Amino acid sequence: MRSISAAHAPTRLAAVALTVSLAATGCSLIGSGDDDARAEEAGGEVVLVTHESFSLPDEVVAAFEEESGYELVVRAAGDAGALTNKLVLTQGNPTGDVAFGVDNTFASRALEADVFEASDVDLPAGAETYLLEGDADRALTPVDNASVCVNVDDTWFARKGIAPPQTLDDLTDPRYQDLFVLPSAATSSVGLAFLLTTIDKYGEDWPGYWADLMANGARLTSGWSDAYQTDFTQGGGKGDRPIVLSYDSSPAFTVDGKGGTTTSALLDTCFRQVEYAGVLAGAANPEGAQALVQFLVGPEVQAALPDSMYVFPVVAGTELPADWAKFAEQPAEPHEVDPAEVAEQRDDWLTEWRDVTSG
Amino acid sequence: MARRHERVSASIRPPVRSWGRPASLVALALLPVVVLGCFFVLPVSGMVARGFWPDGELDAGAVLDVLTRARTGQVVWFTVWTAAVATLVAVLLGLPAAYALHRLDFPLRRAVRAALLVPFVLPTVVVGVAFRQLLGEAGPLGFLGLDGTPVAIVAGLVFFNAAVVIRAVGASWESLDARPAEAAAALGATPLQVLRTVTLPALRPAIVSAASVVFLFCATSFGVVLTLGGTEYSSVETEIYLLTTNFLDLPGAAALSIVQLVAVVSLLAVAARLRATPDPTVVRVPPRPRRPGRGDLPAAAMTGLLLVLVAAPVVTLVLGSLRVDDAWSLANYRALDSVGEQQALVVPVTEALVTSLRTAVDATWISLLLGLLVALAVTRRSRSRSERRIRGVLDGFFMLPLGVSAATLGFGFLITLDRPPLDLRDSALLVPVAQALVALPLVVRTLVPVLDGIDDRQRQAAASLGAGPLRTLLTVDAPVLWRPLLAAAGFAFAASLGEFGATAFLARDESATLPVVIFRLIGRPGEMNFGMALAASVVLAATTALVMLVVERLRVPSLGAL
Repeated sequence: MRSISAAHAPTRLAAVALTVSLAATGCSLIGSGDDDARAEEAGGEVVLVTHESFSLPDEVVAAFEEESGYELVVRAAGDAGALTNKLVLTQGNPTGDVAFGVDNTFASRALEADVFEASDVDLPAGAETYLLEGDADRALTPVDNASVCVNVDDTWFARKGIAPPQTLDDLTDPRYQDLFVLPSAATSSVGLAFLLTTIDKYGEDWPGYWADLMANGARLTSGWSDAYQTDFTQGGGKGDRPIVLSYDSSPAFTVDGKGGTTTSALLDTCFRQVEYAGVLAGAANPEGAQALVQFLVGPEVQAALPDSMYVFPVVAGTELPADWAKFAEQPAEPHEVDPAEVAEQRDDWLTEWRDVTSG
Repeated sequence: MARRHERVSASIRPPVRSWGRPASLVALALLPVVVLGCFFVLPVSGMVARGFWPDGELDAGAVLDVLTRARTGQVVWFTVWTAAVATLVAVLLGLPAAYALHRLDFPLRRAVRAALLVPFVLPTVVVGVAFRQLLGEAGPLGFLGLDGTPVAIVAGLVFFNAAVVIRAVGASWESLDARPAEAAAALGATPLQVLRTVTLPALRPAIVSAASVVFLFCATSFGVVLTLGGTEYSSVETEIYLLTTNFLDLPGAAALSIVQLVAVVSLLAVAARLRATPDPTVVRVPPRPRRPGRGDLPAAAMTGLLLVLVAAPVVTLVLGSLRVDDAWSLANYRALDSVGEQQALVVPVTEALVTSLRTAVDATWISLLLGLLVALAVTRRSRSRSERRIRGVLDGFFMLPLGVSAATLGFGFLITLDRPPLDLRDSALLVPVAQALVALPLVVRTLVPVLDGIDDRQRQAAASLGAGPLRTLLTVDAPVLWRPLLAAAGFAFAASLGEFGATAFLARDESATLPVVIFRLIGRPGEMNFGMALAASVVLAATTALVMLVVERLRVPSLGAL
């Protein structure tokens, strides 16, 4: 038997120590029961199922817990589409009490499947303009909105001495050949929103527009981060395309430190997404759920929305952060498509869209 | 070249009571079968059943319709050929590296070994960004025009999976007796002849094992195809994901899931045949790595090439993480204990790292426990054809988790584990168990070739000398199993650290793992968030490399001489 050489002993000791400490932190299985036990003792938790973009400041969550006496538990995963499908699949036996994050492109699917209970939340001023068409029972309460718009890198166009594009038609102009990058409508909700924009604008002729757009060198990526962070000239990766599909709030994130911003959103190219919250059918704690939905349209949450979730509040008169007030301009007349029509036609549109764009 | 010993095991049978073997098989396999049944078979069959019975009534027509779509054929063909090419390349690049890193002794050997495992855990979305920064129109390799092509996809798959070949084959190669090869060389065989006639046949089970795992990883890789292939290319996996999460087309997803399962089962059957009849007299010895000689130059060169290929995207990441406002800075790293620009995160990166490590510890012991039981159950010598068949089926059964989409599994959890006694949807157990299932095939495929290579006569000899089954295990199996077990542990740990698909679906917000947090950061606007995502990826890579170095250190040499 060989003995452990002296030279190796310290490193081996360190290795063992590291392993032991790793093992000691590995008590997640044993320790996990505590949270649940504590919540039951407190007497009431309200569980919010939501998408991965959900986030609220700790003090806002604390305010809710103090005011209502319920403990808030957040379960987030997937995007708006995955969230909606989860809700449909678990209809009647949901994994929580409230769902937040179903948007106007997916809402009809959830309503058809009777995922939500009718609610009697008091709508603050301004929020009623965002109510979902066709939601007679008022099952869904609008919480926030943001518009998907084409964004341009103004510094790039200034440097090249070219006027940036303004409209959807401009994007098919040979002057802007090979400059546009956008996420695919089949894999990204941002991409889907843009497809709906073109359907609203061009009606039956939308496949022709897309054929022109692709012929003009538009580039499709799998998701927003791929387009914005890799290919866009003002994104994290400093790509080489100065036109990108993003949000109306995006210019507030490209401030140049000299009182300006380097990008702007083309307000004629926007599609408005509204996110809703609702009490789930079969909720374990319907009263707590009701209280949470009411809280989501309350002043604390509404004011926190831009900083925490990059979206605009729905309640009129809510104050915006300074950069937003300056650089995040909302479209006056965003494009819209009837949610019922989206629910009915979405799959056909996407199938046709895939044929046009991959041809 | 090497003269094979006659097989004599059939003639010396120790006195074993007839019920003892089936009973021990059941005892070993029971726990793994129950776990896999609850956390895999039940959820997946639940989802597939939803596809066949959409409104409570059987509608097989809808499922069959999907199979006859032209698109389905394209998608299947694309999946098969890209995975096959990527597997071939990964094996060709991985074998020389496995040799150099496990048979030769040179400075920094352990560090290189640890470094080559890093790609395996990097989040796909980040690697996608790094690859695209390299290959994109504006990137340093943009002139090659590879961005968005199948070549980029294959390169990505190789990048992620070469480590599997190196580790799984390396574990086997390391303890392979060098004497037959030396004898052959002494008798005048050229190095190539030795490789072809002595070494490769002895390694065949391990190579086939590793290749089948790599093929499964490639065929079911989701992020690589989605990010690097643009939107023009789809694999079966991305198609299932899209049909499930975007279209809620459950019949379509069910049809493709079945196609995938059938393909996986046939692949496993072929692989089982290819790696069958390992020479039971291959002698396992404690490794004695030697100084590299002139003949090792090709292997060293290939390893260097692989290192460069792996390093390029990683270096892109590291450099990117050190840039803030076009200047060098550590600000991205300093921000890791914050929740990011404009509160991008719920928990800071540092906290997510701790969660990741804790989860990985749990996933590792679960997968090691299950994997060891499975490996022991399937490698005991069979007495009858039916017994052998049962062991073969069991072996394949535990590979199945690799062949199923994370979306199917994730949604399946939601709809099947929703009522007592299996009301587990919110259980903290789900994430480690799901990760352990992903790591399980890696563990089994690392252990089985080694256990298979143990001459059963040693166990029989021990038994005839009066040793009980446990004692036999300790004296015969444990000494050779020790190193592969540590290799498997490192693997499982790494797999868990990097797992994204199932974790993103199941993890609760406050217990987000590092890959989940990175995904979240990269999906938020703000230059700082992007920089933090890169820095967090570098931290994840460094943590993995560190853990691997520890595992390497722990391969205590003295234990081999027990």
